[in-house]
Amino acid sequence: MTLMPNEFRRHNRRGFLGLIGAGLALVAQPAWALDTDEARALIEKSLDEVYTVINSGQPPAQMFKAFEAIFARYADVDIIARSALGPAARQAGAAGFAAYKQAFKGYIGRKYGKRFREFIGSEIEVTGARPVKSFYAVTSVAYLKGRSPMEVEWHVSDKSGQSRYFNIIIEGVNMLASERAEIGAMLARRKGDIAALTADLQQAG
Amino acid sequence: MIARYHLIAFFAAALAGGCSADRDGDGIHDPYEPMNRKVHAFNRAVDSRVVKPLSSGVSGKDGKGIGSHVVEAAGNFGSNLALPGTAVNHLLQGKPAPAVRTTFRFLVNSTLGFAGLLDPAGKDFALPEEDTDFGQTLAAWGVGEGAYLELPLIGPSTERDAVGRVVDLVIDPMRGWLNRDQYLIGMGARAASKAGERGRFSDSVDSILYESADSYAQTRLIWLQHRRHELGEEGENIDPYAE
Repeated sequence: MTLMPNEFRRHNRRGFLGLIGAGLALVAQPAWALDTDEARALIEKSLDEVYTVINSGQPPAQMFKAFEAIFARYADVDIIARSALGPAARQAGAAGFAAYKQAFKGYIGRKYGKRFREFIGSEIEVTGARPVKSFYAVTSVAYLKGRSPMEVEWHVSDKSGQSRYFNIIIEGVNMLASERAEIGAMLARRKGDIAALTADLQQAG
Repeated sequence: MIARYHLIAFFAAALAGGCSADRDGDGIHDPYEPMNRKVHAFNRAVDSRVVKPLSSGVSGKDGKGIGSHVVEAAGNFGSNLALPGTAVNHLLQGKPAPAVRTTFRFLVNSTLGFAGLLDPAGKDFALPEEDTDFGQTLAAWGVGEGAYLELPLIGPSTERDAVGRVVDLVIDPMRGWLNRDQYLIGMGARAASKAGERGRFSDSVDSILYESADSYAQTRLIWLQHRRHELGEEGENIDPYAE
């Protein structure tokens, strides 16, 4: 509620130019802007691909590679890796960050891919999508064998220039927050040495 | 009876209110961290030496272990005995509808479900478990979460939830209806079903307890987020693009 007066002020200041801008944005929307339908479609498509891999019966090592590729296609790996590393990302050089990002991608593929057995015979139903601040939240329910249904929420943004998800929240447990804590602890163990963290990540997960 | 509830509520609120404080910047308030970490190391040792070997023997990884049906029945039995206390908490939170449903669930499972060993209420009567506890009641009354705590053998908690656990023992109507031996058997069944859950979710538990760089911090974060989600107290969304 405290945001209301600010919102009003901003709209008034924008005035006529703001209206023109809004009109232009509306016209341009079908061409590029992310909306609830598109956010929802993105998650449904990525889930389809994940289930194709789970049901393929390939050896786990191959599955992890396939999960990593799906993650790279549908998630904004750059922002997730950057956010997980925290302020240290700004101190890392371009090459150092790129190497870390590559290792991080493999780590995510293995760490979350390892859990694929829990999803055999399961189903995830996308139930809706809504705008949240500057991004979209796609809601879904996961039906896993022998468990109560779980709420899974996906946060999707097009800020990277492409529509990608950047966070998954399972029953309130936030993947980005959890990886921030984990990568933070790994970096602290290496006393802030990003190259050493990168080497650890290649083995972890 | 009512007077007893009032008295307990007053003390609980005073207790939890007295020690609650604002959360830190990262949403975690953990002034007892050094002590909590010691308890965590103890809990982890108990898990790896006792609980994990026991639970993996009782219920196999995929729920196909020899004893998985026994564990399910024990779990049903134990959680059935918890229902009267749950119904009381729904009432204390001012929610009569779930209190009534929980009471019906208890009546159906205690009779048709052979003293709660089976769960016909959930399977045939659309009366699933609607769990709650006095920690949630305190939250509904506006009591703050307080500091994070890791309790020996019990695991993650907060000051508010620790008080809630004690009060739940005191207000449990079952204590008046069962004799001491019956009550202890019920508690034992609940503990056994917890061990069974440890077996069923072994991948998740193992990855947090044994594969993370700082298992204390991971446990604390994941537990707090999940608990706040249960209580409808989630914080702000993370927007990494705005940072």
